[in-house]
Amino acid sequence: MHTDIPIDEGYLHMDLLRFTTAGSVDDGKSTLIGRLLYDSKNTFEDQMEAVEATSKKRGDEHVNLALLTDGLRAEREQGITIDVAYRYFATPKRKFIIADTPGHIQYTRNMVTGASTANLAIILVDARLGVIEQTCRHAFIADLLRIRHVILAVNKMDLVDYSEKRFNEIVDEFKRFASRLDNIVDMVAIPISALHGDNVVDKSKNMDWYEGPTMLYHLETVYIGSDHNHVDARFPVQWVIRPHSDEYHDFRGYAGRVAGGVFRPGDEVVVQPSGFTTKIKAIESYEGPQESTFAPLSCTITLEDEIDISRGDMITKPNNPPKKDQEIEAMICWFSESTQLSPNAKYYLRHTTKEVKAVVKDVRYKVNINTLHKIEDDKTFRLNEIGRITLRTSAPLIYDSYRRNRATGSFILIDSLTNETVAAGMIL
Amino acid sequence: MDEERTSYQVNHLAQLESEAIYILRETAAQFERPALLFSGGKDSIVMAHLARKAFHPARLPFPLLHVDTGHNFQETLDYRDQYVSDLRAELVVAYVQDSIDKGRVQEEKGPFASRNKLQTVTLLDAIADNQYDACLGGGRRDEEKARAKERFFSHRDDFGQWDPKNQRPELWNLFNGRKHHGEHFRVFPLSNWTEMDVWQYIKSENIPLPSLYFSHQRDVVHRSGAMLAISEVVTPQPGERIETSAVVRFRTIGDMTCTGAVYSEAADMDTIIYEVATARQTERGTRADDKRSETAMEDRKKEGYF
Repeated sequence: MHTDIPIDEGYLHMDLLRFTTAGSVDDGKSTLIGRLLYDSKNTFEDQMEAVEATSKKRGDEHVNLALLTDGLRAEREQGITIDVAYRYFATPKRKFIIADTPGHIQYTRNMVTGASTANLAIILVDARLGVIEQTCRHAFIADLLRIRHVILAVNKMDLVDYSEKRFNEIVDEFKRFASRLDNIVDMVAIPISALHGDNVVDKSKNMDWYEGPTMLYHLETVYIGSDHNHVDARFPVQWVIRPHSDEYHDFRGYAGRVAGGVFRPGDEVVVQPSGFTTKIKAIESYEGPQESTFAPLSCTITLEDEIDISRGDMITKPNNPPKKDQEIEAMICWFSESTQLSPNAKYYLRHTTKEVKAVVKDVRYKVNINTLHKIEDDKTFRLNEIGRITLRTSAPLIYDSYRRNRATGSFILIDSLTNETVAAGMIL
Repeated sequence: MDEERTSYQVNHLAQLESEAIYILRETAAQFERPALLFSGGKDSIVMAHLARKAFHPARLPFPLLHVDTGHNFQETLDYRDQYVSDLRAELVVAYVQDSIDKGRVQEEKGPFASRNKLQTVTLLDAIADNQYDACLGGGRRDEEKARAKERFFSHRDDFGQWDPKNQRPELWNLFNGRKHHGEHFRVFPLSNWTEMDVWQYIKSENIPLPSLYFSHQRDVVHRSGAMLAISEVVTPQPGERIETSAVVRFRTIGDMTCTGAVYSEAADMDTIIYEVATARQTERGTRADDKRSETAMEDRKKEGYF
């Protein structure tokens, strides 16, 4: 971005919040998203006309706002959501990206996918049913994927007479479970009715006892500035820029997206895995040299010394060095319907900008995601199963624990025959 | 600490830019022969601009590919040639007319004929002839409901088809571009952008646009709810309402037979942004090709459309 843009233009101060929504079938998740879009005036007339027409055709009593989020034909025919869909809306304060993921048990995979890039998770419960098995599963996945901010949305308050007592019971129950999850640092519970719009965008007139924020207000104001790691300097090299032109004859720039920390010209750096040290000559961009760069910006770095560096290497600093190992411990979620993970199986492992081969050395345990109990007598992972494994890689990985850095602590496993992405991994 | 807080804040456009540049570089790194689909529309212009930034000071490591229906606005073609020469990029043009001449496709007959659907064959042929293994497109998920589930790296089988039920999950920053021989990918770096983001970005980056996007006078014909520019390929039929010197602009730019104009006096970026912010119809509401049926986009995508 140009730095000389006049600052009186409001939209230049908008930031970006990515959130995911999790709820069981019939918890009203699609209605909630539809309500957020509609009440925040992010819907268009032609969309609303289509939704009104379809509602009428189906004989729905209200204009069915859930239809705003309807995706593919198969879903419309079966009335279910089959995959992660992304929705967008904006207010003058923030742009929002919603990863809309289905809540059925067989779709853990989709929730993990949606949660992997989210800052915040909305976990929906039906006020009549309270915290159920699936609620715990959603909270567990949010925690596993290191989502720090959670909204517990107690929906359908209209069906429990907007009862404060019922709301408090549910919140207490959820807190008892969530106290075992330590990545969630910020939890806010909001009583809502997505169908009638209570406390979604507009404050409810039916729940005077609730003094907290509406959902949209919270989404607009929750502080997410510290979600990126600005401490440990990590720059995975993505592409080497060599112009081969007269003007830039000796130019050799390392292009990538900062995965952690801050880099400035003159900083001493260590290139991994070689361990060579040098200094940053410049941080280049199309607009000219920059004074600094930090996560999650993309940039190009030039170095004082000519060192052999290629895609997959990582530029770091002497302080807080990353780990370097060929044996890693990780939690994984298995994604494949057609194959299973078992000890000694081999895969491609993609981590930052590097791809290596990996073999499963050990399956430690699987987790029953409803009870959080360990399963140690079954070593095979099937679709949607989560657990801990040990991997040995063909070359050392330069990594951090996922807890410390999402970008340098995550990987995917790829089946070498089908090329499918078969697992998501979080390094311990 | 407060100082630290503010200094590392990045606005939404900078985040979207960084993400798109990451995807562009990832495409260059993971594929042998990528190409960037360039139509002269604002999304592909933003894409080319981002590509220039991603690889600066080197030239783009891939060509621009334009699928020319032969029914383009002259303004678009002029703009294209100027922009390509500024970028010092390589331009490859695939002509729908060639596909028609070779008998690969049959032209629709009658006054309402459109070459929009034929583009798919020309595109797939161009991909095969040039052995492109990844095509970068300017598609955005907010455009249409079938696109809401599209991936950044969208896998296509050896017939160029998209299977919404068999897509690779995408997590974090990790994109799996591995493929079998004959398969290819469509890559969409602007997936997370909205129409508003694109306009704000064009403004903040000062990117020049074809004049069609700004208010001007034009003779139009009203057809199936859209307002089409009268030209050799769009001739008014008996009973159709004609309007001379209507004050209009285009929200999207494509083939003349299916790109509808909107009434607008927005002659500069600020007014356009205001207009987009207060628009009451979706952007594709002006596209006649999406009006053919409710699932028109989904059907075309499965066949290998952009």
